[in-house]
Amino acid sequence: MTQATIPHQREPNPEQLLSILVRDEPRVLTRITALFGRRGYNIKSLSVGSTEHPGVSRMTIVVSGDRGVVEQAIRQLEKLHDVVRIIDHSLEKYVDRELVLVKVAITPENRVEVRQIAEDFRSRIVDVGRHALTFEVTGDEGKLTAFIEQMRPFGILETMRTGRIALTRGSNADIPGHVYHGETQALRPAVQIEQPREERAREVPNLF
Amino acid sequence: MNGARALWATLASHGVSTVFGYPGGAIMPVYDALTYYPEVRHVLTRHEQGAAHAAEGWAKATGEIGVCMATSGPGATNLVTGLADAMLDSVPLLAITGNVASHLMGTDAFQEADITGITLPITKHNYVVRDVQDLPRIVAEAIRIARSGRPGPVLVDIPKDIQLAPYHGEIPVPHARPEIPAPSQDAIDRALELIRAAQRPVIMVGGGSLDAAAEVTALARAWDIPVITTLMGLGAFPNSDPLWLGMPGMHGSVAANRAISEADVLIGIGLRFDDRVTGRVNGFAPKASIIHVELDAAEIGKIIRTHVPVRGDAKVAAQMLAQGASPLDRPEWKAQLEEWKSRTQLPDHWGAGYAVKSVVDRLRPDDILSSDVGQHQMLAAQLARFEKPRRWINSGGLGTMGFGFPAAIGAGMAEPGVRSVVIAGDGGFQMTAQELATLKMYDVRNVKICIINNSFLGMVRQWQEMFHGKRYSEVWLGDSNPDFIKLADAYGVPGYRASSAEDLPAAIDAWLADPNSALLEVVVPHEHAVFPMVPAGAALYEMLETEPARTPQPEMAEVAEEARNA
Repeated sequence: MTQATIPHQREPNPEQLLSILVRDEPRVLTRITALFGRRGYNIKSLSVGSTEHPGVSRMTIVVSGDRGVVEQAIRQLEKLHDVVRIIDHSLEKYVDRELVLVKVAITPENRVEVRQIAEDFRSRIVDVGRHALTFEVTGDEGKLTAFIEQMRPFGILETMRTGRIALTRGSNADIPGHVYHGETQALRPAVQIEQPREERAREVPNLF
Repeated sequence: MNGARALWATLASHGVSTVFGYPGGAIMPVYDALTYYPEVRHVLTRHEQGAAHAAEGWAKATGEIGVCMATSGPGATNLVTGLADAMLDSVPLLAITGNVASHLMGTDAFQEADITGITLPITKHNYVVRDVQDLPRIVAEAIRIARSGRPGPVLVDIPKDIQLAPYHGEIPVPHARPEIPAPSQDAIDRALELIRAAQRPVIMVGGGSLDAAAEVTALARAWDIPVITTLMGLGAFPNSDPLWLGMPGMHGSVAANRAISEADVLIGIGLRFDDRVTGRVNGFAPKASIIHVELDAAEIGKIIRTHVPVRGDAKVAAQMLAQGASPLDRPEWKAQLEEWKSRTQLPDHWGAGYAVKSVVDRLRPDDILSSDVGQHQMLAAQLARFEKPRRWINSGGLGTMGFGFPAAIGAGMAEPGVRSVVIAGDGGFQMTAQELATLKMYDVRNVKICIINNSFLGMVRQWQEMFHGKRYSEVWLGDSNPDFIKLADAYGVPGYRASSAEDLPAAIDAWLADPNSALLEVVVPHEHAVFPMVPAGAALYEMLETEPARTPQPEMAEVAEEARNA
């Protein structure tokens, strides 16, 4: 069997990919997701992790909705004190990945076939059971969906996807150190009086 | 020095002179430390909600930050309404709450509530102080956030052990106010192009213009463009100016709403196009190109499509737009506006409108006028004439009943030299009536309370009358209202009453002349509706200019009886 041939399915709703750099403080995740929830923007996937800068976390959020929804979401996010930077991936080239664990039911008859498909997808087997194999696959959303569709006929017992993560392509670092390097340092010291942070005077996105 | 004293020292170093609050178990170290800071006045309100609204009144009158304080749990949750109110009206407010000791947080301890979680959507930002060494820095930062950009409420939650822990650092000095970005010349040029070509231009100003009143006024006069002031923007343009068209929206003036509906260019400055202002959104300014001057980028294009977004300081934008202006010669537009303005009907027979008009006509330009929420609020907004900004205090965005009276106390304490007049209804006043004690305790002498008593929750009754077949469900208060004069008397506040057009002038004179804070109850007919009105869901051009003809009404007692038996 060959690489998946499932055509890329058109989403009923367009979706937008955002990366949000936030201060790593309690309740920041709630603050961000509550903003999306309150304004009725549906989060399709959300991944959070630390960055190369101490004190700064990075979220990748996939939102359903058209450009207007995302522009409004970005402007609301920018008002949050914890938000350091927002990267709207639709404006530039990016790479994105997702990891999925898939547990597939196997029988002695189809074992070889299942393993062959997994190999075609460059998937790894991470757990072997008498009646099931668990695969790890990374890739873009289309690849993961294709993998799951290929495995479905054999019987999928469980899946877990991490949600998408993304970085802009090229060498332009997302976080210019000078923007807030001083600020993360200033989060802790007891006496030093923090200088007012530069207002994030972002030009209004050209909506009009 | 412990955390609690560091808190007061930081507030004092930021020029905070008055804090409205209410003590309790989890904030006792702060109240203990207060005794070392006589330069800061603490005002003990009778309910934390009163403290929050009083701080809002302070902030709205002065433009400076208002500070309120409460203990953990129920004290903190009682601040919530004030915080939500401040959020929607962009009021710079700092709320300090005590919390249970750090090691108890998250254990459902006595009087514990997750106040930062609760207030997350209704504050600009909030903090839990987890290390005493951070406390003064956080408070300084909170004040900066509350005041900067589009102002708003910030809450700082301080666990009890942090209040008691030793602090060894310095006390921060205030942050410089961050400069508000100036609009881009490109945006201004595009706006000017539209204005020069306009045949029927209007300027609409909101609460974000209050500190740019002089610039906005100069702009309007330079171009000779008429001005509409929203409920929040009343006072940003002198109402005596012939260019003034009134207030827009649900209870806006005929001239303002018609002008919006016919305008070809609408210049909105410092406003957010609230649904009470726009009416049905796709019917709002249907013929106009919209220029939206606004500091908060998230408000541009949020509700109304904008043709020229001008992001930045209203003051600077108005100056830039006024440069090189020459009066537009649009005689037909002016004539049309004059015709609409002439349709304004002033109340000429006894009723709530007549009473409100009689009171506001006696105000001096310096007087601060507050209102609660309801019919009297809309009547005051329609009938009062404001010449200066920050003389009109009301709950615009949240529509908080109970707001007016404590806000008037806060404003009156901020400016003891001027009269702080509040117009309230019999319903809303009773939500925070206990603050009469605050007047007495601090010997506040300049707060004048006027209760328009129609024995109903009047605005709800008006809607029931118009949209619910006159089924007056749970809005009749007449049987259970207190004797407001006796109530005031119980708190040591003098009271006056009028129940007819003949009695009213003398009562108003005596009430205003009283050297103390005083209460005036005006008993008005039960049924009185506020018009003009744009029904909910209708467009501004579908407004009802006058009240539809009434059918004869049964006696109110019967109505109340029926409602009770239903």
